[in-house]
Amino acid sequence: MIIRILGEGQYQIDAEKLADLNDLDRAVEHAISVGDVEEFRAALTRLLTEVHDYGTPVADDVFTESDLVLPPADATLEDVKAMLSDEGLLPG
Amino acid sequence: MGVFSRMSLIFRSKANKAMDKMEDPRETLDYSYQKQLELLQKVRRGVADVATSRKRIELQIARLKQESDKLHSQAQKALAMSREDLAREALTRRSGLEQQISDLATQHASLQAEEEKLTLAAQRLQAKVEAFRTRKETIKATYTAAQAQTQVTEAVTGISEELGDVGLAVQRAEDRTAELQARAGAVDELLASGALEDVTGTGKDDITAELERMASTNDVELELERMKAQLTPGTSATAAAIEGGDAAGTDAGEASASGEGTQQ
Repeated sequence: MIIRILGEGQYQIDAEKLADLNDLDRAVEHAISVGDVEEFRAALTRLLTEVHDYGTPVADDVFTESDLVLPPADATLEDVKAMLSDEGLLPG
Repeated sequence: MGVFSRMSLIFRSKANKAMDKMEDPRETLDYSYQKQLELLQKVRRGVADVATSRKRIELQIARLKQESDKLHSQAQKALAMSREDLAREALTRRSGLEQQISDLATQHASLQAEEEKLTLAAQRLQAKVEAFRTRKETIKATYTAAQAQTQVTEAVTGISEELGDVGLAVQRAEDRTAELQARAGAVDELLASGALEDVTGTGKDDITAELERMASTNDVELELERMKAQLTPGTSATAAAIEGGDAAGTDAGEASASGEGTQQ
């Protein structure tokens, strides 16, 4: 599957890692819903590390959509909330 | 559905909106390529803007450091003249400046990080745009209506996400820079207002000075002690120099007086 880390580009990652990633995704989602900054930071960092460790960068001449789009490492909880709620944040 | 698959859907819906506008798939290719070139321009402008802000802060830091050095030597002079009160005032102001210098250094680091991120984004987009152009020409050269739609859709939606990503990076950098610009403006005003003028001059804000003094008493005391310690062994030498200067002045006066005497 293809994962994009915003500000970095796309990575190809084995589908077998999906379960791990889903767990981390749930952790991030939970952190966002309860507004726990520390949990959010920890889960996001683990998620990005996982993608960096197991992913291979997608070549420039491959044009494909991502299955998951992850925020950059320095994104705050508020940033991610805004990305999810306000489509206007993404320039058309 | 997880947070991040939702986020990829948001990107996807943006791409689809762009696709829907065009009748002929080849037009879609050209339109997308046009958008890519525009964004590439925008990212490059973004890099230049951030660099300008960074340089402005560098200049401000240099000026504040100059002021800080000036206050330091004023304090030394004041102390040599046994005006501890003036020396204390100068060091208090200097301590305020040092705080500002350190704030600016933090902003500088943050701008530098934005600049690096945007530079990378520009490089990444450049590579993608070049690859897209090649793909676009290939699709057009071998164009058959039946397969074109699929190929075009694939290429355009694929790069649309990239455009969204880079566009977001530019926006973040712009917001960050605008915020820092406002603060840099305040520092410029301070530098222009004369608030940093010679400590022996008039018109200082007593309350501000008092607040700064409270905040920085420890630093000032330490600095005063250090200066005193430096000053002690040299006291006799300074006194001798002043006396020597006076003596020379007297000599010159006498010489000119005697010169006049000779002429008469």
